[in-house]
Amino acid sequence: MALDATTITETGRPAAPATGGMTLQRFARRRSTIAFLMALPLIAVIAGLVAWPAGYAIYLSTLNRRMTSFIGLGNFEILLDSETFRMVIWQSCIFAITAVVLKALLGFWLAHMLHHIPTKGQRVWRGMLLLPWVVPPALSTLGWWWMFDPSYSSLNWLLTAMGGPSIPWLGEPGWARASVIIVNVWAGTPFFMIMYLAALKSVPDQLYEAAAIDGATGWQGLRFVTLPMMRNIISITVLFSLIVTFANYDIVRVLTNGGPRDLTHVFASYAFQVGVLSGNIPRGAAVSLFMFPLLATVAFFMLRGVNQRNREMA
Amino acid sequence: MAQVSIRKVVKEYEGGVQAVKGINLEIDDHEFVVLVGPSGCGKSTTLRMIAGLEEISGGEIAIGGGVVNDIPPRDRDIAMVFQNYALYPHMSVYDNMAFGLMLRKFPKEEIRRRVENAAQILDIKVLLDRKPKALSGGQRQRVAMGRAIVRDPKVFLFDEPLSNLDAKLRVQMRTEIKKVHQTVKTTTVYVTHDQVEAMTLADRVVVMNHGVIEQVGPPQELYHHPQTKFVAGFIGSPAMNFIPTRLVETSGALNLELSSDIVLPIPEDRIGRYKAHAGRELLFGIRPEHMTEVRPNDHRPGLASFHATPEVVEPMGAETLLHFWKDGHEICAKFDPGVAVEPGVRTPMAIDMNRMHLIDPKTDRVL
Ligand SMILES: Nc1ncnc2c1ncn2[C@@H]1O[C@H](COP(=O)(O)OP(=O)(O)OP(=O)(O)O)[C@@H](O)[C@H]1O
Ligand SMILES: [Mg+2]
Repeated sequence: MALDATTITETGRPAAPATGGMTLQRFARRRSTIAFLMALPLIAVIAGLVAWPAGYAIYLSTLNRRMTSFIGLGNFEILLDSETFRMVIWQSCIFAITAVVLKALLGFWLAHMLHHIPTKGQRVWRGMLLLPWVVPPALSTLGWWWMFDPSYSSLNWLLTAMGGPSIPWLGEPGWARASVIIVNVWAGTPFFMIMYLAALKSVPDQLYEAAAIDGATGWQGLRFVTLPMMRNIISITVLFSLIVTFANYDIVRVLTNGGPRDLTHVFASYAFQVGVLSGNIPRGAAVSLFMFPLLATVAFFMLRGVNQRNREMA
Repeated sequence: MAQVSIRKVVKEYEGGVQAVKGINLEIDDHEFVVLVGPSGCGKSTTLRMIAGLEEISGGEIAIGGGVVNDIPPRDRDIAMVFQNYALYPHMSVYDNMAFGLMLRKFPKEEIRRRVENAAQILDIKVLLDRKPKALSGGQRQRVAMGRAIVRDPKVFLFDEPLSNLDAKLRVQMRTEIKKVHQTVKTTTVYVTHDQVEAMTLADRVVVMNHGVIEQVGPPQELYHHPQTKFVAGFIGSPAMNFIPTRLVETSGALNLELSSDIVLPIPEDRIGRYKAHAGRELLFGIRPEHMTEVRPNDHRPGLASFHATPEVVEPMGAETLLHFWKDGHEICAKFDPGVAVEPGVRTPMAIDMNRMHLIDPKTDRVL
C-alpha cells in the first residue's frame, strides 16, 4: 500500500502531510517515543549504577598500580601468571558449583516436602525455613563463625558428646572450604525452596492425574512431568544463584577472611584483598572482571534454553 | 475391554459433603454409557472414582470382574480424556501419545505402530511433531483422544471432553467420538451436562441428580418414558412443559382441567392407568414438540385442541417456538415454520394427548 498525503497514524487522526520527513509533533506522538521517555528514568538508573561502574572498572583494570599510566592487559597477564590467582579461579568455581548444586537439590527436596503438607501448616513452615535467607548474611555468618570457633565450637562439642572427632573447621584447608560452602548453602537454600515451591504450585494437578492414569509412579511423575515443567524456573534460579554465589563476598570475608593460606578466597574476596587491603586498585578491578566472561557464557546458554522452551511451551 | 460394576458407591468429601449417595450401575462390555445431569450432581466424582483419582468412601467398583477400590489408577488399565485435555506441554504430540506405552515398556516399534494408527484414525498425522501449544482446541482434543486410544485400555473415561470447544466443532467431535467408539468398541463412560450429547452418543444414558441416579435407559426410552419429573424435564430441548391440573372423572371418561376454559380429554388407553388418581391435583407434562399448529387433515385419536395467545414467537428456522403464559407458568409450543403466527394474536393449537405425562407433585414420579 502506498503512503499518500493523508496517512492515518496509530491514534486514528490524519497525520500532517508527510513533507520533508518526520515533524517533531509526529515524532512525539509515536508510541516508541513515548515508551522510551517513560523508561528513561530506569535507563538513567541502570546507566548510573551498572554501566558506569562497569565501564570504570574496565578502565581501571588497564592502569598501573599508581594509576598513572596505561598498561593494557598487563594486570590480567600478571594475574594469570600468579599461582595464587589460578587457585582463586579454581576455588571460586568449586565453591560456586558445589554450593549451587547442593542448594538446588536441598531446595528441591524442601519445596517438595512443603508442597505436600496442607496449606494451613505450610505457612508456618515456609516462614521458618525462609529465615536463614532473611537474616543479614554478615550477622548469620558471625553466628556460624562462633559455632566453628576452635576453642568453643558448639559443633565440636556436639560431635565429641556423641563420641565423634573434633574437627578443625576453619583451620584445615579442606574443612575451611567445606565450612564456607556449608554456610553458603544454609543461607541460600531457602531462595531455591521458595522459587521451586512457586513452580510446583504452577503445575496443574490434572497433569499428575493424566500421568497417574498413563501409568506413572510417583518417581516417574517427578521425572517426566514435574522436572520438565520446572526446567525454566530451575534454569533461571540456578543462573541467578550462580551469579550471586560466584560473586559472594561476605561469607568468605567473615568466616575465613580467605585463609588458611589464601586457600578459601573467591573472586570477590580476593579482589577486595588485592585492591583495597593491598592498595592495588587496578589489579583488584582486573580480578573482579575475570568473573564477567565466565558468567556471561553460562548465562548465554542457560537463557537460550529458557527462551526456546518458552517459545515451544505455554 | 471389560464390564464396569458400580455397587452402592458412596463418596463423601471432607467436611461431610456427600457428592455421590450410594449408586448402582452395571456397564456392559463395549457399551457406551453417558452420565448426564446438572452441575454439581456428582458425575465427575463418579467418573474419578472409576479412574481411581478419588477415593471411594463406600461400596465397591469392579472393572473386568476385579474389585479396584484399592488399586491405583496406573494399574486399573483405564484411559481418561479430561475437559481441558491435560496434555503434557513439554512433549510433542507423538510423545504425549506414546508416554503411557513408554512407561509400560512397550517395544519402540510397537509404540510407533500404535501411535501412527491412532493418528490415522484421528487424522492428526501431520501434527505428530508439534507441541500442544501449537495446536487448536479441536486438535488438542484429538490428541487427548489419541492418548487414550493407543493404550487400548479396558475402559475409556471422558469428562466433558467437548465443553471447551465452540458449537460447530463440538458437533463435529461428537460424531468423531462416536466413530472412534464404533471402530475400537472399548467400554466407555462419558460425562456431560449436555443432554444432546448424551442422547446422540449413548447406548444407555444415566441421569444423575444430587448424587443419586434418577433413571438409566436407552436415549429413546428416557425421552418417551421418563420415570421422574426431573428426567422428564431434563431430557429434551426445549424442556417439557409442566402445567398444574386437576384430574376429573365424568361419566367414565377422564379429563384434565387446566383451567375453567381448557379441559383436555385423556386418551382411552390411558384411562385404566390414571383412574385411581381421579380427583387429585397433578402436574400435566407435555413436550413442546407435541403442542403444534392445528393440521386440518389430522384426525388421529387423542388429539385435543385449545386456543392461546403467544407472547413471544421465536423462529428457529426448522421450527418456530411459541411462548405463552398460563397462570404464571411459561408454556412452549413448537410450530411448523410454514405457519404464520403473530405474537399477541389468539392462535389455535393441537395437543397430542398420546404423548402426555402425568406427574404426582408429592413424589415427583411420573404416573
Ligand atoms: N474436593 C472436593 N471437596 C469437597 N466437595 C467437593 C469436592 N469436589 C467436588 N465436591 C462437591 O461434590 C459435588 C459433586 O461434584 P462433581 O464435580 O462430581 O459435579 P459434576 O456433576 O461433575 O458437576 P459439573 O457438571 O459442574 O462438572 C459438588 O457439590 C461439589 O461441590
Ligand atoms: Mg464435572
